[in-house]
Amino acid sequence: MTTDAVNKKRPQKTGGVLLEFFGSMNLAITLLVTVGIASIVGTVLKQNEPYQNYISKFGPFWFEVFNSLGLYDVYSAVWFLLILTILVLSTSTCIYRNAPLMLHDMRSYRLGVRFNSLNAFHCRREWRLQASSDALVGRLMPVLEAFGYRVRSKGYEDHLVVAAKKGAINRLGYIFTHSAIVIICIGGLVDGNLLLKWKAFSGDIKIETRDIPASQVPQESRLPVGNPSFRGSVNIPEGSSANIAFLNLRDGYLVQPLPFSVDVQDFRVEHYSSGPPESFESDLLIHDPQAAAPVEATIAVNHPLIYKGYAIYQASFSDGGSKLDLRLWPLLGSDAVPEDVNGAVFEDIDFETSMGPLTLELINFRLFNINPVMQEGTGKKFRNFGPNFSFKLRNELGEAIEYENYMLPVDMEGRQYFLSGVRRTPAEPFQYLYIPVDPDGGIERFMQFNTRLHDLERIMATARGTAGQSVSPTQIGNETFVDELTESMARLVTLFTAKGFDGVVEQVDASAPEAERASVLDAYLKVLQTMLASLYTELLADNGVDLSQGISERDGNFFDDAINAIGAVGNYGAPFYIQLKSFEHIQSTGLQIARAPGKTLVYLGFTLLIAGVFCMFYVSASRLWCWIDEDDGQTRILIGGTGMRHKRDFGKEFARLEGVLDEQFRKF
Amino acid sequence: MAVTREEMLDSYRRPSFWQTLTAVDWLWAVLVLSGSGYVFMRYGAVMDVYEISIMAGVTAALAGTGWLWKPVRTLSVCVATLTLFALWRYGGTLANQETDFFLKYMLASQSAIMWMSALYVMATVAYFGALFARSEFTGKVATAMTWSATTMGIVGLLVRWRESYLISPDVGHVPVSNLYEVFVLFSIITALIYLFYEGRYRTRELGGFVLLVISSAVAFLLWYAFTRNAAEIQPLVPALQSYWMKIHVPANFIGYGSFALAAMIGVAFLLTGKFAFFAQRMPSQDLLEDVMYKSIALGFAFFTLATILGALWAAEAWGGYWSWDPKETWALIVWLNYAAWLHMRLTRGWNGAPMAWWAVIGLFVTLFAFLGVNMFLSGLHSYGEL
Repeated sequence: MTTDAVNKKRPQKTGGVLLEFFGSMNLAITLLVTVGIASIVGTVLKQNEPYQNYISKFGPFWFEVFNSLGLYDVYSAVWFLLILTILVLSTSTCIYRNAPLMLHDMRSYRLGVRFNSLNAFHCRREWRLQASSDALVGRLMPVLEAFGYRVRSKGYEDHLVVAAKKGAINRLGYIFTHSAIVIICIGGLVDGNLLLKWKAFSGDIKIETRDIPASQVPQESRLPVGNPSFRGSVNIPEGSSANIAFLNLRDGYLVQPLPFSVDVQDFRVEHYSSGPPESFESDLLIHDPQAAAPVEATIAVNHPLIYKGYAIYQASFSDGGSKLDLRLWPLLGSDAVPEDVNGAVFEDIDFETSMGPLTLELINFRLFNINPVMQEGTGKKFRNFGPNFSFKLRNELGEAIEYENYMLPVDMEGRQYFLSGVRRTPAEPFQYLYIPVDPDGGIERFMQFNTRLHDLERIMATARGTAGQSVSPTQIGNETFVDELTESMARLVTLFTAKGFDGVVEQVDASAPEAERASVLDAYLKVLQTMLASLYTELLADNGVDLSQGISERDGNFFDDAINAIGAVGNYGAPFYIQLKSFEHIQSTGLQIARAPGKTLVYLGFTLLIAGVFCMFYVSASRLWCWIDEDDGQTRILIGGTGMRHKRDFGKEFARLEGVLDEQFRKF
Repeated sequence: MAVTREEMLDSYRRPSFWQTLTAVDWLWAVLVLSGSGYVFMRYGAVMDVYEISIMAGVTAALAGTGWLWKPVRTLSVCVATLTLFALWRYGGTLANQETDFFLKYMLASQSAIMWMSALYVMATVAYFGALFARSEFTGKVATAMTWSATTMGIVGLLVRWRESYLISPDVGHVPVSNLYEVFVLFSIITALIYLFYEGRYRTRELGGFVLLVISSAVAFLLWYAFTRNAAEIQPLVPALQSYWMKIHVPANFIGYGSFALAAMIGVAFLLTGKFAFFAQRMPSQDLLEDVMYKSIALGFAFFTLATILGALWAAEAWGGYWSWDPKETWALIVWLNYAAWLHMRLTRGWNGAPMAWWAVIGLFVTLFAFLGVNMFLSGLHSYGEL
């Protein structure tokens, strides 16, 4: 890239100074190193995250420092684009200065070579022969041509020069590669939308940071329809259409109107039989006012639609407001009347509950939940847990708990459960409530049992019955004792429903002396178990279950699972369990819409680059010169040559050439 | 004069490439073409135009490579025989890999790859043994083992390709889609480039150094396969379902393989310069520099091609030919690094130890782009996650 100090000595004009500056190799290297370092920064520091993430990571001070350096979007930072621009200038200068020289060099045979410079070649050979120089040349030229050289000769007063060259298009490699860099960068800068960035920088365009509907975005945050280059995205629910795209920029976005509207007919996710997604596809209908009929197309990942220079890609998907039929099962009261509610994803529903006013925010619905399941021996397997929906319950103070409820029972080691995940913050993993499925496949029996455990009157009745059976003969008729026993048994049940087994343990820890705790706890748990079992047996009997053979294993398991779940209800944080009865799945497809007019230029650059690189490395250029003169009454011929980038291979070729010429010249 | 001057000169003329081809060469071309024709007849109906073009390109490339570098023919014939034998043993039943003797112990993809791993490691030892003991016989054994390892590696990948289709036709894909598969590819390609230079320069002394990198790759591969169950064939995520993968990934690994080779020659160069022990045994530094330069030039050419192919693919899959995704950015850094190396050698005439050191450092930059990005940085290009 550098040039010799050709112009150094001459007095220089401003243009010359600029040319010198931009054409200098040192500048090019400095710029390249800077681009390299900036690029590394851009890969290490995650780009284009929400600004809140950066603030929490760096603190307010460094956040501002990094922000003003544009580090959150390095590749769009003004200084980065400026460096790229200077790099383009520098490379262009280099081409401007060297390309003519190289083109000339390609054509030139350099017949004006000096004897001394010939004599300085590593590969050289001298013959002294008794022959006329014409005869020599007559022998020499065909040999050189046979070796693939193009040959020219020129006679001077006292000597004759034969010059030969081959592989000159190697030089084109230089021109191709360097022009390719310039062309690719220009194409990239065009698509990088410098104008837009400049307008955003200068304030002509205002980045919208509020989360508001697109229709309310003010004009100053909207781009013109004909904007030649952009890369935006938009989510469109099935059955809806959109004629805009959003361009994410720094901490906000801009709205890019499109000259057509995209109508999403359908979105599909196909799965492999083993679970993972196999394809994402959207059926689109493009309504263009300028077109006679709408254009129909199906796009998929790796198969975009190109419409009038706008490329529409399948980029992501999400829920598009699925309609959900929900049933709210009260968990805390003795009044077991479930309430049916209709909602849709992204909707908020307000409730008055025993825990005060709560807002149900429906966040998401997922049809497939392919979760990894660890299996012994075979390792990780995937299983579809079926549909689920997630929601938040927000109280008056604005505090929210997030839930994730599965619609269908999930099989766990042979038993079936309705799963409901709970978490207090998005950073935690979900903790699951396992609600056992009753023999009819429903949730009813669990809910009945839970309600009965909250029904103090019923508990008292059962406790009285149990207490009556368990008093010793000496105390029969001691009403006070039976009352007390009944009351404490009932209290144990209420304690359990409110706080679970932990509550019982706490109670024992608080009331009993340390030495007796174990035995007291044991006794308490026995009583509790008896109480719960009696309540459960009553429920089974009331439901018409035949208990003459005792409780079946299945009903026994149900009981164990149910009390585990009820023990956890106290920590569940919601006054009801929300069951998903049915749904209408409405998905939304995430499209990326881009316009990149620089692409043609960039692809041209790519072609040149490939051609250039292969020319440079796989076309070997070499030159030979023969100096023929009279010396001591003999004809002297000195041949020297160079293989510019492949000295080793050229050395071998030169040796072969020497052998052939020896044979040719021997006949003189 | 029985021989005219023109005829004499003709005999000096380096014959044109086509004139050098012998009957055996043409037989080879016919063999490759008929193999490919058979595949086309059998599967042409389910291939799209891109896949057919790629197959045509591969056919031409294989025929041409066999012309320019003869041992490729023997390799191809061995690979084809073993692979076809394995496919025959499979019939159409994947479960045969548990019951059939040949599949279980030799030719099922995982067994073949185990053979490859063992042979590469043994070849490394043998090459160093040959270097230290100056034993030509041991050197020949090492070369034979490297060829065998490469054969088994390619057989392993090809059989794996078939196995993926035996799992289910929609799961089937070319085995260059995850880290396990590309490590096998890396080992094979690095070994092949090395074997080419070994034949070209008639030197076995570099073998140990180059195979050291391959052995490290093998060590990683085995660790990865045993601890993470990585050898299991997984279906392709939608983003990878593209014909671009078939050309982008191998082109990239020719780049990575050449850069790794250059770095190890750099190591050999530095040792030769420093210790008489190596200087007595290794080829001249002049030769080492030449191989290093050629290897980097080859790697650079293919890495450029691969990056461009990647950009073309990205334009189809990610909505833009360049997204400054960490993998893309690091590819650019690797590219700039070697571009600078080549500039310094070609325009400034740098040579010797600094360039050797630079080639060695280049390997670490490449390694980061290849593995580090997937391990430490997140982005669109997250297929090769550990």
